[in-house]
Amino acid sequence: MFNESIGKRSNPVKNIVERGAVKKFALSIGDPHPIFIDEETGRQSRYGTNIAPPTFPRVFDFGTIESLNLPNKGLIHGEQVYRYNRPLKVGEEITCYTEVKDYYEKKGKQGEMGFLAFENYGTDANGEIVFTAEQLVIINETIRRMVMSK
Amino acid sequence: MTTLTELHIGDSLHSIELAPVTRLDLIKYAGASGDFNPIHTIDEEAKNAGLPGIIAHGMWTMGNLAKLFSNLYEIGFIEEYKIRFKGMVFLNDVITLQADLNEKNGNRYFFNVAATNQSGKEAISGEVIFKTY
Repeated sequence: MFNESIGKRSNPVKNIVERGAVKKFALSIGDPHPIFIDEETGRQSRYGTNIAPPTFPRVFDFGTIESLNLPNKGLIHGEQVYRYNRPLKVGEEITCYTEVKDYYEKKGKQGEMGFLAFENYGTDANGEIVFTAEQLVIINETIRRMVMSK
Repeated sequence: MTTLTELHIGDSLHSIELAPVTRLDLIKYAGASGDFNPIHTIDEEAKNAGLPGIIAHGMWTMGNLAKLFSNLYEIGFIEEYKIRFKGMVFLNDVITLQADLNEKNGNRYFFNVAATNQSGKEAISGEVIFKTY
């Protein structure tokens, strides 16, 4: 059932790297470095402004993929990769979307597991890619049956 | 700031031992990240999911681990950050963050990174490619 989603993309969503959100996020991961939260440090840095921590895109809205109904419970996050061309700058607008890259199944100790791979994208105002992110989500048999029976 | 260029293969960045994980840590991360999966904050939901108790968001641990590099943004940035989630982090676990230089190639520094619990078991591990300007 997830096979049919391979190659499907979400509609792009505009996100702002908002100063307050960056500060709250940096604090929540115990990383209140001045490069993330102190305006003067940001201004004097090589970036000319504050930047966001590398896992900040967790905050972004990447849109929804039509006909892909994932439950919000029972999924396991297996792997995560971020690739950056440059750090995210506070205040900039990033357009985000996601794509289903792959789906496969493997037999494990707890029955047949599903592996759903997403690629997330973030582009800046010039249309340049700032980052891409791979996310591997593991779906157990019980959850797959629930989704199928819908 | 010059410490990175002075690192040799096999050397480590200063490791960090986090304070024991608290529920408030995870509530704050839920709010800051927008990940409100209740297995990270509510005991009953964690138990219903077959867990002995609430577990940290994998992304909370991944977020924490990146701070080993936060002092280095004036000379470069994290070009690639790749993590495999291996073990669960529970309340009161004491997590240690580590980054070991594995390879240097031009202006790219390849680190093996990991967050391990008080028993030495890896919660997450992977690689960071740090690229200098």
